Amino acid sequence: MSMLSFEKKYRVKGGTLIGGDLLDFWVGPFYVGFFGVTTAVCAILGTALILYGAAQGDTWNVWRISIEPPPLSYGLSLAPMNEGGLWQMITIFACGAFGSWMLRQVEISRKLGMGLHVPFAFGFAIFAYVSLVVIRPWLLGAWGHGFPYGIMSHLNWVSYIGYQYAAFHYNPAHMIAVTFFFTTCLALAMHGSLILMATDPKRGEHVKTGEHENTFFRDNIGYSIGALGIHRLGMFTAISAAFWSAICMLISGPLWSESWPSWWNWWLELPIWS
Amino acid sequence: MALLVELVARAANLELKETFEMRENLNIFTKVQVAAPDYPGVPIGDAQHNRVGGIYHSTFMGRFGDAQIGPIYLGATGIASIISFFVAFFIMGMNMAASVDWSPIEFMKNFFWLTLDPPPAKYGLSFPPLWDGGWFLIAGFFLTASVMLWWWRTFKISQNLGMSNYLAWAFGSAIWLFLVLGFLRPILMGSWSEAVPYGIFSHLDWTQNFSLRYGNLFYNPFHMLSIAFLYGSAVLFAMHGATILATSRYGADREIDQITDRGTAAERGALFWRWCMGFNASIESIHRWAWWFAVLTVITGGIGILLTGTAVDNWYLWALERGMVP
Repeated sequence: MSMLSFEKKYRVKGGTLIGGDLLDFWVGPFYVGFFGVTTAVCAILGTALILYGAAQGDTWNVWRISIEPPPLSYGLSLAPMNEGGLWQMITIFACGAFGSWMLRQVEISRKLGMGLHVPFAFGFAIFAYVSLVVIRPWLLGAWGHGFPYGIMSHLNWVSYIGYQYAAFHYNPAHMIAVTFFFTTCLALAMHGSLILMATDPKRGEHVKTGEHENTFFRDNIGYSIGALGIHRLGMFTAISAAFWSAICMLISGPLWSESWPSWWNWWLELPIWS
Repeated sequence: MALLVELVARAANLELKETFEMRENLNIFTKVQVAAPDYPGVPIGDAQHNRVGGIYHSTFMGRFGDAQIGPIYLGATGIASIISFFVAFFIMGMNMAASVDWSPIEFMKNFFWLTLDPPPAKYGLSFPPLWDGGWFLIAGFFLTASVMLWWWRTFKISQNLGMSNYLAWAFGSAIWLFLVLGFLRPILMGSWSEAVPYGIFSHLDWTQNFSLRYGNLFYNPFHMLSIAFLYGSAVLFAMHGATILATSRYGADREIDQITDRGTAAERGALFWRWCMGFNASIESIHRWAWWFAVLTVITGGIGILLTGTAVDNWYLWALERGMVP
């Protein structure tokens, strides 16, 4: 049913971090484990609270539903449920769900004899989220600095924060993050293309080899990073994009509260020419 | 000698494994390199003489990826493309230098602020004086020529090797976005002044002003899609890169082998995601997911830009009328 033809021999005991064999089983295609249970609990409670929050709001229009963080006046204290307390609870459950998901990836990696690259990479995504809703609000002294949970409302928040610093594109860490995002997209297109060009060649052609892969990129741009190297590069640029996204938010406010264009005055004031 | 022992032991899968387990598991750097002879590439008959630039080997590069640098296939279109690019680059640089009165120190001081702007709106689609946007159009022409010639090369090179054209069409989708920004949308708007300026801060300013002028681009659904595919590309590459590295000791990086004759590496990678999120791609289909995510980023982005100011004047009002605004 939900098992792939080769799956059975891989479904073995062991590799868990917590709980020994107790929760070491599968439900359908999903591996459970201790962290599967904590993921499910956090995700279900968090989703239920979002639905409850939506029910308290004035719309069921999916674009307009929003769970707002507490007003700034509550600082770093707990807020009443309908004044941001829900947002705080949902944030706690989200952190719990994401953290559990990562540890679940660790357990699955161990079970399959894999390195821990996937949970390591996922950690960067969690760091970016936690930066926005925990670290930065905490550094600024109020949970109200977190972003609201809603489709259009979080976009409005991004706009608003951007214009608070006049032109967010001038934030140097934002520049680095955007560059990494674009580079990742480019490298992904190049890698995906190359594999398909080799294994899905023109009609009548044989499947190509690793030599063709290297030759294509040497012919094209003078260098082929290689079959292993491209995965190192892709993972590096992808997690760097998440990392610098987090940094560009953490420095906005805690380290620099003026306009980002004016930050660049240091360049104009270098002793070489001023 | 120690390297040789290590190499033999690893190949024979002997007990050295224990000591190297952590490093092999991580596989962030290549620890053991074989000094390979120069490899000029898969033979391509008469076109072989187009491979130029020499072949070098860098131990440093070999730690991250492949040690061999070069050769590169140029040919007439490659050389024409590079020349066109440098002509465009030179025009931009000279105009920027002129704007600071040819002072090298002022050039460096104002480097990030320097710009070659498109012509003012009053010229419409006509050709303005050189100093008032004419150079911008000439630079744009050569930049476009460079890109199109490079595009032609990507078809040519895959044809030489008997490969298909996935990369060429992916590059084509990026060219679509490039042409929308600097060519198609200005024509629909009836003025070259709509094009993106050449300059570091000036193109950032253009982006922000574009969003402000048309009522916040975040309300543009194609912008939403483009961002989702862009972030999705990063997520996919993190997932795919990490999966391959994590199973590299089973040979996962030899993806063609794994696709044509599935091994334990591909099976473990697939099962990881199946057990994690209840769904998995195959080692072939993950590259189709990758291709489409990356390609749709620029296709949807281009559609979003093309509609802005032509079909839709204010994305905020557009979203408001559809009941999307909170």
